[in-house]
Amino acid sequence: MLALVAAQGLTKRFDAHVAVDRVDLEVGAGEVLGFLGPNGAGKSTTMKMIAGFLAPTEGRAAICGHDVTEYPIPAKRNLGYLPEGAPLYGDMTAGAFLAFVAAMRGLSGRRGRAAIGLAVERTALAEVLAQPIDTLSKGFKRRVGLAQALLHDPPVLILDEPTDGLDPNQKHEMRALIREIRPSKAIVISTHILEEVDAVCTRAAIIAGGRLLADAAPADLAAWSPLHNAVSLTLGARFADAAAASLEGLDRVEAVERRQADPDAVRLTALSRDGGPILGDVGLLVQAHGWEVNDLRTETGALDDVFRRMTQPEGEAPDHV
Amino acid sequence: MSSVAHVFRREFAGYFITPVAYVFIVLFLALAAALTFYVGAFFERGRADLLSFFQWHPWLYLFFMPAISMRLWSEERKTGTIELFLTLPVSTAAAVVGKFLAAWMFAGLALALTFPIWLTVNYLGEPDNGVVAASYIGSFLMAGAYLAIGSCLSALTRNQVIAFVLTVTVCFLFNVLGAGVVQSVLGDAVPAELLETLASFSLLSHFNNIVKGVIDLRDLVYYALAIGIWLAAAAITVDLKKAD
Repeated sequence: MLALVAAQGLTKRFDAHVAVDRVDLEVGAGEVLGFLGPNGAGKSTTMKMIAGFLAPTEGRAAICGHDVTEYPIPAKRNLGYLPEGAPLYGDMTAGAFLAFVAAMRGLSGRRGRAAIGLAVERTALAEVLAQPIDTLSKGFKRRVGLAQALLHDPPVLILDEPTDGLDPNQKHEMRALIREIRPSKAIVISTHILEEVDAVCTRAAIIAGGRLLADAAPADLAAWSPLHNAVSLTLGARFADAAAASLEGLDRVEAVERRQADPDAVRLTALSRDGGPILGDVGLLVQAHGWEVNDLRTETGALDDVFRRMTQPEGEAPDHV
Repeated sequence: MSSVAHVFRREFAGYFITPVAYVFIVLFLALAAALTFYVGAFFERGRADLLSFFQWHPWLYLFFMPAISMRLWSEERKTGTIELFLTLPVSTAAAVVGKFLAAWMFAGLALALTFPIWLTVNYLGEPDNGVVAASYIGSFLMAGAYLAIGSCLSALTRNQVIAFVLTVTVCFLFNVLGAGVVQSVLGDAVPAELLETLASFSLLSHFNNIVKGVIDLRDLVYYALAIGIWLAAAAITVDLKKAD
């Protein structure tokens, strides 16, 4: 697959502080890369460098094969960019602003009107086109920012926190839109909302302290969680001690966590030793002993669990990228 | 080059979105007229020329031009729109020139609206309209130089007030280099050649040449260079400071 976005050894230093440290990335058509990281991790700085706004201290970034530092204009033509916080010319009306961006993008006359029409339709902005941007709600402002990025139907979209500040309905719409336009584009979005990665991203990259710690499909990342393939069962309190002991006796069970679910029920979670499925083993055990089980389920491992372990300094971050 | 035109159009229209532009123009015209008729003694001089009008321009522009140029870049940096603007397919040079031209045309519009003074002097007497035309051109060029300085200094800060004060200060220095008072004070301490060189950097002395009615190539080159160099400095400043 041709990488529409490519970054090699991207590094940004501000005096002694290393904001971004040798980040390598490739994003191809049809991919949505979710950039995850705590605040100040270097997400925005990385995106600014890929968008050609900030010059990297070392390394290079290219959009559709155009180096963003050496050939900024062709690179920017292929890019739709929503900066952090979606800054907009507040005193312009939404319509005038989109017309300006269309003109700057070389879309004039009928092509310009068609492009604006499509972007307005996709972001449902028609009702506010005549209003000054300053008077719009946060949700509408974010959508104007997105419409501006989509206007010229670019092969590459870089969206810095596109759903920040939106209400749940608006977030849902934004994600639906990203899924709709995904097939033909390479999209990079940054977020610190983990459910968003599950909802729209085909890949997730975790960045902390300026370094890329992981770059994998969300499901693969979740598999790094100790909870991956763990089995939880809720059963009557009177069986709990015996059940915990039996579960711990299983070869493929690493450990058993115990939690009081309610006064007369206990929830046991058996962690898989090698991350492989253990539901069969646990099921046999349940049948053999005849425990009354209210609930039996396999855990998939939560992304936020992996995220926390990777991005907190004391947690041991897996070395593979 | 079409991007220069689009930047120009947005920026120029931007001046008129709020009533501030109209207030600005009215204030400029009122002050220009007051200086001409009351301080410049237009009638008492009894001469059919516009010297008493044009002689105030360097000092009038000292406050009006920085007010036009102060928002050019500092506002973009403060609101963060510079990130959006400069990731559109536009070179920094085209962005700087487009914005500068918008400011310059706005100043030109204000200057053009002083035409009743020209009508007045033609009604009252028979002025040398060649000199008047040359003076208008000189005034317009000087406005351009002020605005180029203002463009550069506006890119230096996120704060419009600081941009304004800096621009007034730098423009003032470039003005007084050629003023008689400074020349005579420096005259004792500084060699004559240096004094002449300093004076030749002055916006004021070149303007005074043109107001006499002689458009010398040297004066035109001076203004072209002043505008060009300050705009180049503005482009460099924008690139250096845009992400701060």
